[in-house]
Amino acid sequence: MEISVFILFMAAVFTSNILLTNFLGMCSYLSVSKQIESSIGLGIAVFFVMTCTTALNYAVYYFILVPLDLVYLQYIIFIIVIAAFVQLTEMVIERFSPVLYYSLGIFLPLITVNCAILGVSLFMIIRHYTFIQSVAFGAGSGIGWMLAILALAGIRERVNEKFVPAGLRGAALSLIITGIMALGFIGLSGIAVIQ
Amino acid sequence: MTKKQILLNSLFTENAVWRQILGICSALAVTNLLMNSLVMGLGVIFTLACSSFTISFLRNYIPNRIRMMVQVLIIASYVIIVDLFLKAFLPNMSKALGPYVGLIITNCIIMGRAEAFASKNTPVNSAIDGIGAGTGYALVLLIIAFFRELFGFGTLFGLQVLGAWWTKWSIMVMAPSAFFMLALLMWFVYTMKTRKAKN
Repeated sequence: MEISVFILFMAAVFTSNILLTNFLGMCSYLSVSKQIESSIGLGIAVFFVMTCTTALNYAVYYFILVPLDLVYLQYIIFIIVIAAFVQLTEMVIERFSPVLYYSLGIFLPLITVNCAILGVSLFMIIRHYTFIQSVAFGAGSGIGWMLAILALAGIRERVNEKFVPAGLRGAALSLIITGIMALGFIGLSGIAVIQ
Repeated sequence: MTKKQILLNSLFTENAVWRQILGICSALAVTNLLMNSLVMGLGVIFTLACSSFTISFLRNYIPNRIRMMVQVLIIASYVIIVDLFLKAFLPNMSKALGPYVGLIITNCIIMGRAEAFASKNTPVNSAIDGIGAGTGYALVLLIIAFFRELFGFGTLFGLQVLGAWWTKWSIMVMAPSAFFMLALLMWFVYTMKTRKAKN
């Protein structure tokens, strides 16, 4: 596929945002977005894990699964790679930077079941990206996800729920805010489009 | 609890999407067409029922420390069955759903039911609970898809319902409407519930 790496990266951040157009990673997006501080922590963790696991899964898929004709096992293998990587990162951070561990540590286990991470790996296979494209796509999607959760947390801190109808408070209100954000991001779609 | 109560409880009272706000990633992604939603819903019901049964069957043999990993592997195996089935018999549907079939693995509903119900109850009851929760999920998908397809394309299950006079709302096909529709559905359910509680 002939897409320049830079366009792919920008598209993953803005126009084809993994959360706002593909709806991935909604569970932790809705539950952790109450405060800006915790959403920054989760956002950084997602960005880091997403970039690295995309690269790892690319290598595993094309150098192990394809030659051995085990492509149908991709779901199991991908999820194992992601879980193992998250576990490893947790141990490394705990050993070398206890401060970072305490601010980031609680978010790491959440990431294993964040569907955006697995989703990026699956998109990479379906769209036949090269290695460099995959890493750019993974990093861009991570930044895009962080952007979306930061924006939502910023808005939620300022919204006074007293003026919102009772049935809309909480998750439903977050969904409406997200919908309006998605509308805004669609306005950027002239810049670059990836399929 | 009787088996019927288990079914109704996981289907309506504890409905995963509007009560517990789980599994909405795929609930939003596949709901632009009714047919996609139906296939996705059936896939989730199958995975949920089978994995709940298996996890409950093995619940006394799985060491507590690695239970999450074992649960994910069990779920992933059933998802592979669904994926291969779709590829073999409904190749177009498999392409349309794309990565969302694989993402059933990380659908929080399945892990949620495994943790909350299947790890404490008998296999048969767990399977019933799984069917209930899966049906509740499919129900939400179909409700949202009904409105999105009707207003966005003027069709239902691909059949023309609204005539040529209907101006298609292209916003209903795009991403934002999925967020709005789910929010409105949650609002509606909440309002009905409080009204019922008042009477």
